[in-house]
Amino acid sequence: MIRISNVQKAFGSAIVLKGIDLTVEKGELVCLIGASGSGKSTLLQCINGLEPIQGGEILVDGISVHDPKTDINKLRQKLGIVFQQYNAFPHLTALENVALAPRVVAKRSRAEARALAQKNLEHVGLGDKGDSLPSQLSGGQQQRLAIARALAMQPSYMLFDEVTSALDPELVGEVLETMRLLKSEGMTMVVVTHDINFARESADRVAFLCQGEVCEIGTAEEVIDHPRKEQTQKFLRREQRKPLEIVRSSVA
Amino acid sequence: MQFQFANQGLAWSDAYFLAQGLLNTVRLAAAATLVGTLAGIVLGWLRTVSVTVRIATAPIIDILRSVPMIIQLILANSLLSILGFGASPFWFGTVALGAWMSAVTAEVVRAGLLSVPVQYRKSARSLGMNGYQELLYISIPLAFRTALAPWIGLVLSLIKDSALAGVVGYIEYMRSTQILITRTHETWLLLMGAGLFYFLICYPVSRYSRHLERKVRV
Repeated sequence: MIRISNVQKAFGSAIVLKGIDLTVEKGELVCLIGASGSGKSTLLQCINGLEPIQGGEILVDGISVHDPKTDINKLRQKLGIVFQQYNAFPHLTALENVALAPRVVAKRSRAEARALAQKNLEHVGLGDKGDSLPSQLSGGQQQRLAIARALAMQPSYMLFDEVTSALDPELVGEVLETMRLLKSEGMTMVVVTHDINFARESADRVAFLCQGEVCEIGTAEEVIDHPRKEQTQKFLRREQRKPLEIVRSSVA
Repeated sequence: MQFQFANQGLAWSDAYFLAQGLLNTVRLAAAATLVGTLAGIVLGWLRTVSVTVRIATAPIIDILRSVPMIIQLILANSLLSILGFGASPFWFGTVALGAWMSAVTAEVVRAGLLSVPVQYRKSARSLGMNGYQELLYISIPLAFRTALAPWIGLVLSLIKDSALAGVVGYIEYMRSTQILITRTHETWLLLMGAGLFYFLICYPVSRYSRHLERKVRV
């Protein structure tokens, strides 16, 4: 379980998160939606400690992420994260990309790590791309590679940070398909997205973030189809009117 | 009575003399490259991760980069002699050229490390790698690709600058050429020969680097 309580975060004088409370239960898929600059991505990167926080606490399976005594590198093995920019390591083949962390972090043998990597590549439909360099893969393939790389550490939670926002529209489907597959296998997921349709179809709960606060939270039906707050209604109206191209170019 | 010089022309034994000079040039360049590169990598990395080191070493780096090599050689020679390090022209040359090499390599290494996009490092850390694992498996391999070409340029500069080590009494290739010119007055022939041999040393280095760059390109 991920328990986020009263988290505050500022970049210099700019306050990004003003006391966020959110709990993610095991096996749940929670979508974070909200306008650019509402703090969704920042919150996600706070969950695995990539961003420090100025107040509050985040507990992952009861362990405090930002406690200096916590072995953050060990904790991060539980928390896979996939970014908007695929960030596949450009000097390594697809297989090496996936096998690297199991080998050097989880201390598996070279052969074991490669077998694990192959299994995870197959899982995301890249079984035949093991020898390709990231530069030889399409955006969608690179993003699935990033998912496989995170999965190879056998995390308990997966965090997705606008993973389809940098993709060409025709490549979005294959990545969403992979995420649905993970969901069907019972993975606990926190997904920051601009894709309202994905949130409506897949999310167990949707949280609408507005100006650094959780403005509205509930099932997809409650938040997306019958939003109560005025900000949520406004955001959704704008979001649904926007053609996809504008959404993509406005993504931070 | 007619004053008679000893044999003034070039003799075959001079070829041996020149070959020794050539060997000395290669030895000096190789030693200075090795010392300077190793020191430069450490210095460059320290200058990337520590603001204190960056500020503290900035004057040294600037001086070594800006003062002409011939002055550095003479200063190194005087300083090391005063400090009582004996009188080995080879080591004086190695120290002076190596110090220059470490300063310029440090800047190339720093630029290489800074060129690694932060999101790769973030991804590595998010997989549970600690800072050193990230450096070893991600930053260094990527920085190496960026730094290789400029570093080779430095090696070529160093080989050519080693021709100045004659001023501290090291009989490298240029010095041995000059000695023969003084005796034989075959200026054109000997200088053309010297130029050719410097080219023959440098060209394979630059060819090999191009090959290496193609191989590691991503």
